[in-house]
Amino acid sequence: MSVKVQTEDFDLSSEIDALRRAHPEAGALACFIGAVRDLNQGVAVSEMELEHYPGMTEKALAAIVEQAQARWPIAEALVIHRYGKLAPTDQIVLVAVATAHRGDAFAACEFIMDYLKTAAPFWKKEVTATGAHWVDARDTDERALHKWAEPAPASGRKS
Amino acid sequence: MKIQLKFFASVREALGVADEAVQLPDSVVTVGDVRRWLRARGGDWAETLAEGRLLRMACNHEMTGAETRLTEGCEVAFFPPVTGG
Repeated sequence: MSVKVQTEDFDLSSEIDALRRAHPEAGALACFIGAVRDLNQGVAVSEMELEHYPGMTEKALAAIVEQAQARWPIAEALVIHRYGKLAPTDQIVLVAVATAHRGDAFAACEFIMDYLKTAAPFWKKEVTATGAHWVDARDTDERALHKWAEPAPASGRKS
Repeated sequence: MKIQLKFFASVREALGVADEAVQLPDSVVTVGDVRRWLRARGGDWAETLAEGRLLRMACNHEMTGAETRLTEGCEVAFFPPVTGG
């Protein structure tokens, strides 16, 4: 498991290459990238600043990955989340999961993102024409967790 | 008991404080008690930490409820619901 919280950008290809080469047993690699949108709820965004809770953030992300590892047979999981000043189209977050087969990789990747959205201490502040505003949490993020309340399918669980 | 306080994002801005070390009276024993005790400072503190405000709390880097008991030297944080990803 690898968790990185950083201001620097990341390169998807090199991260995925490293993951793939280190895990010949993993035939499936799913990844998700979150990026800064230029429009949020109809308002143009010129800049974004991400704050986080150093110390807690790393622990929270590691705990989420551990939960995923308990549900699916994961060869390796990687989370990179940026903080600081970002601009529209910039990359914010990368989640990559390597597993033997694709079903587990897709599911674990989505699970990690869903939990990251509600449990990792990051806060977004957007700069728009009317000034800087903290982004409100969405109810849909909390609701997204409901689908994980059911146990994972038997085929996807560690025996 | 002495503890460390941390405030983040909109809560930090509203209070004008990012962190603070405080000496608590004996009557303050839970995370919820700390929130109440800080509200008694009045002004922005009373408003920002009001019971109706949707706040998240953490004790020693773990999200927690109001009932969590404090320990000597622990770190208690108050912040709005998270918006990363």
